[in-house]
Amino acid sequence: MSYAVETRDLTRVFAGKKHRFRRKRTADEADEHLGPVTALDGVSIQIREGELFGMLGPNGAGKTTLIKILATLLLPTSGQAFVAGHDVAKDPFPIRQRINMVSGGETSGYGLLTARENVWMFSQFYGVPSRVSKARIDELMHVFGLWDKRDAKVRMLSTGQRQKMNMIRGFVTDPDILFLDEPTLGLDVNAARIIREYVLNWVRSQKGKTVLLTTHYMAEADQMCDRIAIIDKGKILACDTPEALKRMIRTETTFRLEVDAIRDTASFSSMQGVKNFSLTNDIGTNRSHLTFILEDEGPVAEILSLITSQGKKVHSLQKSEPTLEDVFISMVGRGFE
Amino acid sequence: MSAAPARRTDLRYRLGLNARAVVGRSYPRIIGANREPSWIVFEAFLPLLGIASYVFIYQAFGTRTIAAIVANDSLTQAEREAAIAGAHLWVNALVATVVLGGTMVAFWLNVLWSMASQLYWEKEIGNLQLYMMAPMNRMALLGGMAVGGMFMTSVRALSTLAAGVIVFGVVFQVADPLSLLAVFFVTLIALYGMGMMFASLYLLWGREAWNLSALMEEPIFFSSGMYFPVGGLFKIPGWGPAVALAGSLVPATLGLDALRQLTLGPASQAAILPLAPVSTELLILCVLAVGFLVLARYALAYLEVLAKREGKLTSRHQ
Ligand SMILES: Nc1ncnc2c1ncn2[C@@H]1O[C@H](COP(=O)(O)OP(=O)(O)OP(=O)(O)O)[C@@H](O)[C@H]1O
Ligand SMILES: [Mg+2]
Repeated sequence: MSYAVETRDLTRVFAGKKHRFRRKRTADEADEHLGPVTALDGVSIQIREGELFGMLGPNGAGKTTLIKILATLLLPTSGQAFVAGHDVAKDPFPIRQRINMVSGGETSGYGLLTARENVWMFSQFYGVPSRVSKARIDELMHVFGLWDKRDAKVRMLSTGQRQKMNMIRGFVTDPDILFLDEPTLGLDVNAARIIREYVLNWVRSQKGKTVLLTTHYMAEADQMCDRIAIIDKGKILACDTPEALKRMIRTETTFRLEVDAIRDTASFSSMQGVKNFSLTNDIGTNRSHLTFILEDEGPVAEILSLITSQGKKVHSLQKSEPTLEDVFISMVGRGFE
Repeated sequence: MSAAPARRTDLRYRLGLNARAVVGRSYPRIIGANREPSWIVFEAFLPLLGIASYVFIYQAFGTRTIAAIVANDSLTQAEREAAIAGAHLWVNALVATVVLGGTMVAFWLNVLWSMASQLYWEKEIGNLQLYMMAPMNRMALLGGMAVGGMFMTSVRALSTLAAGVIVFGVVFQVADPLSLLAVFFVTLIALYGMGMMFASLYLLWGREAWNLSALMEEPIFFSSGMYFPVGGLFKIPGWGPAVALAGSLVPATLGLDALRQLTLGPASQAAILPLAPVSTELLILCVLAVGFLVLARYALAYLEVLAKREGKLTSRHQ
């Protein structure tokens, strides 16, 4: 069985920054900027041909690093990665023929060229004949709603229009494997929907097309992906279908509370039966939203009394079906922002 | 279970792929030159300001020489006329030298400032990772940059040349247009080959390389004889020849010397002090062209691996 993407114990370490200027650093800075960073730590995944595979993880989890290695832009420190059966480190050419990559917030292209010219230029690096390329571009411009802007200079495009252009750049070379790194970042609801639908349809309606998608939007991952890997600090914590992932925590109970804004949450984590929880503050209403993953319903009473003993009011309490976000909270120990 | 169709890898496919890549990469430059035409006017006339001071100095010398000839009573009328004609020829040769230098400076500046730092800027914009991810040959990428730069700069250089001829009244005399074309193109290839090599090196050095360009600009104007016959350096005892030889590594030096010989006719040779016969210079230029291209290829291949290992191929914020 061959996979579209396979990694074996893939590890990538970034060397720390050299001291250029000697000055005192805060502990935080020292943590962040000095010393080597292990961006990927023994990652082994298999993505089947025809699969829409999602990577879910917080900032700095290593998602982009993984995509860069698979896109032959970065070498692994150890371990191996295969794309379309070829080793990324030893045999990049046949991989490059078959892949493309689009990242959210990309600023590629030349401002002087029109949207159409830019996409055409990138297609030339893949040897797509001009006539084929131009026909595809026109079609995709219609699909993504960029037709009106086809002859606008790239520097005149809005962020969202630019991102649509980038998506067209990704599809115009007719790749077999497409890497999408937060492709809907910063897009409005409608534009994001168009992109999701197109990607889904592109994978489903053709044979042998594979997508690796990273995202911060849980609903996006849930709705689109055949399988999802949850990654944190360079490690894969779980990898399964969205349904199976949710089933994993079905034995646990999810409670959502809306309460007056609270600060002190330390006592929740030490409570018996609380597996994990997350807190978000709504500044507008001055309330806190709490999500608890509990082993059973036992601790609910204790949680409520702890909140009310601080003089805070509980506005709503709800037991709910687990979402992907709950899976994430349960595994990573913090929510997504 | 591979449902995806197999991809071609044969030689014809690769040639087509890389030819398309060169055209694609040169396109923004070629279009860019047309898209903002007002810019061409500036580009053509600004260099004239730079060379005007040299032209005026040479012309002033010529005027003084001619005045001295006229004032010299010991000459017969025929001798006087011959001497004045000689002086005019000499001034024309020097002014032509400067105009040709000003024309070729455009290419040198393009190589130094645009070609060399191109990959570095592409990285900052976010294009480099997309280039490196594509199946095209790396030399097609550099080649496309070079072709685009050559085209754009040729427009500028040609207009400088035309403007120089009109404004300063330079007279050129071309006996061997084929050699002239050969020298011109081999010089460009060697020059842009050097630019391709720099581009690879700058990819890793980043911003520091910018300073290196600034550092190289002026000394190379001097050692290449952009604004005076480089053979003159040989007349300076001691360090002169050493500087001229070092300068000859920059393809513009020998190319310019050969171009001057080929455009000014045998009568002007005494004024332009040729370094070597044109055939020798062309041969050396060919060697430089091949040498720089080969170096560029290996430098980029090596640095690509290094950059992929160190994580420097992509800009951090992406
Ligand atoms: N070129 C680099 N040099 C040094 N460290 C790097 C480099 N690229 C990434 N890192 C570090 O590797 C870790 C993983 O980064 P990566 O970009 O893969 O995260 P991510 O999952 O894509 O995050 P995000 O959701 O914010 O995009 C981070 O700690 C980051 O600082
Ligand atoms: Mg990322």
